[in-house]
Amino acid sequence: MRKLIVDSSKCTGCGQCEITCSKAFFKEENPQKSAIRVAGESGEHDITVCTQCGKCIDVCPVYAITQDKNGVVRINKKECVGCLSCVGFCDYLAMYYHHDYVVPFKCVACGLCVRSCPTAALTLVK
Amino acid sequence: MNVSKMKAAHRNLVNYQYELGRVWRGYTDRILHIDLSKNAVSTKKVDPEVKEKFVGGRGYGMWYLFQSTNENTKWNSPENEIVISAGPIAGITQYPGSGKSYVVTISPLTHAPIDSNVGGYFGPYLKFAGFDALELQGKAEKDVIVYIDGNKGTVSIDEAPEEPLDSHLLAEILTEMYAMNEEDKKHISVVSAGTAADYSNWGMLNFSFYDPRRKMVRLKQAGRGGIGRVFRDKRVKALIVKYEGLKGDSNNPADLGLIQDAGVKVHKEVHDYDDVQNQMRARGTSYLVSIMDHFDILPVNNFKYGCHPDTHKIDDKVYKKKFTLSECDGCWFGCTLACAKVVEGFELQTGPYQGQKVLVDGPEYETIAGVGSNCGIFDPDFIIENNFYCDTYGIDTISLGTGVAYVMELYEAGILTDELTGGLNLNFGNTDSAMELLHQMARNEGFGAILGQGIRYVKQWLLNEVGGFTAEQQQFIKDVCMECKGLEYSEYVPKESLAQQGGYSLTNKGPQHDEAWLIFDDMIHNLMPTFEDKAEALYYFPLFRTWFSLVGLCKLPWNDIKPADNAETEKPSLIIGHVHNYIDVFNGVTGQNIDLDQLIKQSARVYNLQRIFNLRCGFGTREHDLPPYRALGPVTVEEYESRQERYDSQLQDKYGVDPTGKSSVEKVALMRKLRAEGYEGLCDAVYKRRGWNMNAIPKISTLQELNIAYQDLVQLIKPYQE
Repeated sequence: MRKLIVDSSKCTGCGQCEITCSKAFFKEENPQKSAIRVAGESGEHDITVCTQCGKCIDVCPVYAITQDKNGVVRINKKECVGCLSCVGFCDYLAMYYHHDYVVPFKCVACGLCVRSCPTAALTLVK
Repeated sequence: MNVSKMKAAHRNLVNYQYELGRVWRGYTDRILHIDLSKNAVSTKKVDPEVKEKFVGGRGYGMWYLFQSTNENTKWNSPENEIVISAGPIAGITQYPGSGKSYVVTISPLTHAPIDSNVGGYFGPYLKFAGFDALELQGKAEKDVIVYIDGNKGTVSIDEAPEEPLDSHLLAEILTEMYAMNEEDKKHISVVSAGTAADYSNWGMLNFSFYDPRRKMVRLKQAGRGGIGRVFRDKRVKALIVKYEGLKGDSNNPADLGLIQDAGVKVHKEVHDYDDVQNQMRARGTSYLVSIMDHFDILPVNNFKYGCHPDTHKIDDKVYKKKFTLSECDGCWFGCTLACAKVVEGFELQTGPYQGQKVLVDGPEYETIAGVGSNCGIFDPDFIIENNFYCDTYGIDTISLGTGVAYVMELYEAGILTDELTGGLNLNFGNTDSAMELLHQMARNEGFGAILGQGIRYVKQWLLNEVGGFTAEQQQFIKDVCMECKGLEYSEYVPKESLAQQGGYSLTNKGPQHDEAWLIFDDMIHNLMPTFEDKAEALYYFPLFRTWFSLVGLCKLPWNDIKPADNAETEKPSLIIGHVHNYIDVFNGVTGQNIDLDQLIKQSARVYNLQRIFNLRCGFGTREHDLPPYRALGPVTVEEYESRQERYDSQLQDKYGVDPTGKSSVEKVALMRKLRAEGYEGLCDAVYKRRGWNMNAIPKISTLQELNIAYQDLVQLIKPYQE
């Protein structure tokens, strides 16, 4: 199962992961459009990212969310009706939405942020 | 079932092509008009003035019905219409409960305009097919099916002789018939009635949606007021709409972000608190049964009592085990409150489908209390079976429940005899007889056919046709007949809450709880001690809740899930956090900038229009707001003595009368006098607050303040101005 493992104790809060993610998926540097989020001020940082638990699959009214063969939970944008039930029902608050888009977005464990992290706080497991 | 054979038997009467419209900020600004007498289909534009003043949904329904009918129009006149409209918010997916349709017609029960709300996909799909409302007028010669293809832009009317009428079959057949494949089924919604709607004034409409998880067609009901009877009188077998292409911005909202933020907030509340609040996701509205029993307001034996030792047999703990859950039990996309519960694989014990295993939508609280406790029945499987047959026959479970309860009480009182009931033993609790009455309605036979005309009809039939009753019996027949304006009461005992007595009988359409449910604030929390306090509640809540019906929302996500900080707000029953959400959602969809005052004003226009419409139909004055005494207080000695301590102390503390030494008969009479006076006092205060005169007629100045002092409305109320 492919997913991102985080070690928040190593995080310096530099935000590189957020920038990398939003650039990769939305072509702009905007933490609000990142599927990985870093919260917290000076010293303590919390990284929030999808655990690929798949609970959102059950609350989707149109079967737009599925788990692929690698265990990555993916949203089919064509099928999604933008209800954001999955956003409200994510136990980890790791499903995101943005006013610019009708459909929500989440981490697909692509690993780009892992390479951008200067302190190795992120690991991609397969 | 041979679907292709049924389809081959269709005979096309008309094919109408229309230009696909555009939904812009929640509106298409177009209406589809179908005249079944002439087989004429047309579209018309919504006048901007009508849009501004009456908003949509029930507002459009009332306005266009008012315009299309006249003072002589009866429920079965060809010009009577069924208007279906969803409202500007309907069809958004982000906020729970945003897929409601509102249906309006002149009712065979009340002979005045009725409105009923319903889930399922029809209303939103109709809008995305290009129409804010559908006006269905005229009468077909033979049974027809109307099919609207919202992607091709066609409307067809076909004679359809072979499909069965019962909705659990018909909705499934038509979904199958008009879908290309399994995937396509979710794009279809069917409106249908059922066999009993051909004969009974309790005939209702089923609105379907496809449940992809169970691979079954589901049914939600526009239950109140006999709209199904009108539908069948027009010889409509079904309406079908098909629309593929729903997206989160299909309404083309002005500000999607406002809607998203409000929606996510409530999704999170449901996720975080539903388990510790009402558990709507696990048990639907069945959770109310034990609560109502606890507070002595669960109707038992025709509203005689408010609780029963056997209630635990039909409460949520029992139904929770019978419901099969999915994580997506909403009747519109994105409704995470998910109250649309299901019993699957239920084996029927009676009737034409005996032995078959079926899916049953529900039962919900009103059904459990109506066909169950109110009839002295505490058999959970009977309630499920009754629920199934009501749905498929097209019968309103609320009216049926209150109706059967009424005749059971009359039977036990010796007023209804075996001769009159055709040999049916109608003692409270008799499940066989209760079920048989329902089957008789579908066969148009026996006493069931009489009862199916509504309890106002039964009351008048007894008094005027059967006759031979003593004065005391005649009074009893009236006192325990739980209808007002011709509509049967829904399932809460209002006796101990004066505010709720008004909440029921000061409504426009009749005693339905969707205007105001004030029992807890009034009776338990004592938050409205004066007439003025109650009048304020009976001004605000009916108008606030009417607003749901203008815009296409469900009431449940307003107060069946509460924000975490709600208890700390100034008036917790307002659920002010959610009120702000609604304002955001409305402004987000329409691009307007309304506040709560304007929201209330939107409703007040429609509310006053409906009142004046009642007047045009020959009602609408003070006398029609008078409830049966059972709704106000204990009718019988038995009833008084069952709660003697409560009533004696009320006489003493509330009315300053010493009950010592008085007989129960004397106390019943005294209580009746005092409570009747209290109700009249309430009426005075409420009419004043609503801007009506003491005859319950809107003042011309009220219409002027609301900017709806139109000539035709003013003409109607002018003779009644003081």
